[in-house]
Amino acid sequence: MHIIESGNVAAASGVKLARAQVIAAYPITPQTPLTEKLSEFVDAGEMQAEYIPVESEHSALAVCIAASSTGARAFTATSANGLLYMVEQVHWAAGARLPIVMCVVNRGIGAPWTVWNDHQDSISQRDAGWIQLYACDHQQIIDTVIQAFLLAETVSIPVMVCYDGYLLSHTYMPFDVPDPDKVDEFLPAFKPAYALDPKQPANLNTVTLPDIRPDVRGNLAPGYMEIRHNLHVDLRRAIDKVAEIDARFQKIFNRGGHPFIEPYCCEDADFIAVCLGSLSYQLRDVVDELREEGLKAGVAGLRLYRPFPEQAMVELLAKAKGVVVFEKALSYGNQGALFTDIKAALYPGPARPFVKNFILGLGGREIKTADLLKTFREACTQGPASIDTPQWIGLKL
Amino acid sequence: MSVNSTILSLPEEELVHPGNRACAGCGLSILYRIGLKALGRNTILVVPPSCLTVLQGLYPIAATQLPCLNVTFASTGAAATGVIGALKALGKTDITVAAWAGDGGTADIGIQSLSGACERGENFIFICYDNEAYMNTGVQRSGTTPQGVITTTTPIRGKLQPKKDVPAIMAAHNLNYVATGTAAYPLDFYDKIMKAKTITGPKYFHLQTPCPAGWGFDPRYSVKIGRLAVESGLFDLYEIEHGEFRLTGASLKLLGKKRQPVAAYFESQSRFRALTEEMIADIQKQVDEKWAGYEQKMAKKMKE
Ligand SMILES: Cc1ncc(C[n+]2csc(CCOP(=O)(O)OP(=O)(O)O)c2C)c(N)n1
Ligand code: SF4
Ligand SMILES: [Mg+2]
Repeated sequence: MHIIESGNVAAASGVKLARAQVIAAYPITPQTPLTEKLSEFVDAGEMQAEYIPVESEHSALAVCIAASSTGARAFTATSANGLLYMVEQVHWAAGARLPIVMCVVNRGIGAPWTVWNDHQDSISQRDAGWIQLYACDHQQIIDTVIQAFLLAETVSIPVMVCYDGYLLSHTYMPFDVPDPDKVDEFLPAFKPAYALDPKQPANLNTVTLPDIRPDVRGNLAPGYMEIRHNLHVDLRRAIDKVAEIDARFQKIFNRGGHPFIEPYCCEDADFIAVCLGSLSYQLRDVVDELREEGLKAGVAGLRLYRPFPEQAMVELLAKAKGVVVFEKALSYGNQGALFTDIKAALYPGPARPFVKNFILGLGGREIKTADLLKTFREACTQGPASIDTPQWIGLKL
Repeated sequence: MSVNSTILSLPEEELVHPGNRACAGCGLSILYRIGLKALGRNTILVVPPSCLTVLQGLYPIAATQLPCLNVTFASTGAAATGVIGALKALGKTDITVAAWAGDGGTADIGIQSLSGACERGENFIFICYDNEAYMNTGVQRSGTTPQGVITTTTPIRGKLQPKKDVPAIMAAHNLNYVATGTAAYPLDFYDKIMKAKTITGPKYFHLQTPCPAGWGFDPRYSVKIGRLAVESGLFDLYEIEHGEFRLTGASLKLLGKKRQPVAAYFESQSRFRALTEEMIADIQKQVDEKWAGYEQKMAKKMKE
């Protein structure tokens, strides 16, 4: 069924179709309408879930962590300072291997206060051990939310579904709401590996020593380092699962096909722009324009940021002459995090395209297509020098 | 109190294994053992970092036989909410959910999530064991450290501020049940847990658990010191059931009797060494006033 709705309603509709059983939420712009919508679904009896209006984001994720540990499918959503307020829990959820799904409706971080979009919030959590998926439009939001539950439960790792505040969360676009029966076929009920149960008592997340240690029967149990190593290995394995789940989704719903990176005009491209989120769709106009000018340009929207799909990235970029990374986030004092990741991925290859970095749109600064066009064109024509210092677009000093 | 257990009527089954990692003479380990007997096997525990985390054992060995979720320091009330929410969603309604936290995890960093869970009316039992400092990190002051106490962060003059009255804060949430307990009178605690299990909504327990390591006394005197706190009228056993306050057990028996001087309690522990005669006299006066109030209330009730 096609409807015209906001990105937040697309996300809420995905959560409803996925039959989340426990939802915890705390208001923060621009996420708020998403969880308001969920409370409406639950209150109206359209959705069977425990909706828990908590007193903070730290508690929102605490509820999800405990609910997931007890065997329920759990969901929360947040933005910016809300995400930062729950950081301890973000890392905890990954370490405890809980398949929680959380929408991060991307917004800049204070100080100073901003409610507008950039990616600093979710990028700051890239090392937490979560899977991070980014959506570029409303259809991808609803589809990705549904896929995220299956992915999380397949690998026992929490998943963040990130999408742009306001640009996607508060804009209205047509999208297809998948058929509920088909979603049930795609996403079976949650069967936890272990759930808190008085009949099978276990002590979860106990203090764990640096070294391996025998249990009372003499069997060796892993130490902290083994447990963390397993998380990393399983995150790497999740890359294949992302592809498998996308293929399965495509078979049932006839959408998808680009689980890691969504390319536009990249096959023969000499110059490829890379970015996260809705910006990649804005850059398609720029690419069309540059193509008309005779520059072989393309754009790649990264869908999976963690685990980082190096192989797919290298395959896409290796034949290009130049790569231009546009980022709405910055590792302050260094450079854009995605820029660093892309250079690292390309480094071992025999032919390395030049790679340039542009920072833009922080705190909702308007990204003008004309500026993108000029910047991308110049970056291509000015040639091969890789510049490590990021350049800023739209800065008015 | 309707029930009155004796040591012989307690369940024989031990849910806390002997030989756990608590210090010798730990007041917490006395009440944990008795408390789990009262809670019974059909319980899920939620525990934040504290001495109890250590008592529970180091992976892969656990000191208890109940399912237990270890959670982050500030999140106990919210984590209990999550367990309850999941149990509801899964249709499992007969399981008791009990959170068990230290004074820091309750009164300081954990008060937000505890208050939230109580305001939402979550059906669970929250047990705060108050050893009156951050013991697990090496005896730093907390919101419930009494005035004058020497800790590693109040090393010379002692704590300048008085103790935070957490049961009163929790009673202000209009809970159906708030109770105190002490390691010196474990049966009083046992009976109160048994009662709490029959009451719906949030139930709050505030337990005094003497701590030889942090309070500075010989481990053999834990119970004696706990009793002295009650007999001097410093720590009172009571329950507030549906808003009605009543003294229980040894504190109830103290009505109309002569109490021990508070100085006797202070002399028993090295943490009070910074208290001056003047401060002690002042505290004695406060305790006398509090008890005069109890006596008056009792006399009024008798008349009615
Ligand atoms: C967010 C966070 N801050 C600080 C700590 C360090 N910490 C662990 S236990 C503890 C003290 C606990 O005190 P209390 O709750 O009174 O329990 P006790 O150790 O006294 O039994 C502290 C400060 C932590 N684990 N997490
Ligand atoms: S430090 Fe105190 S509370 Fe902690 S285990 Fe030792 S005696 Fe018990
Ligand atoms: Mg303490």
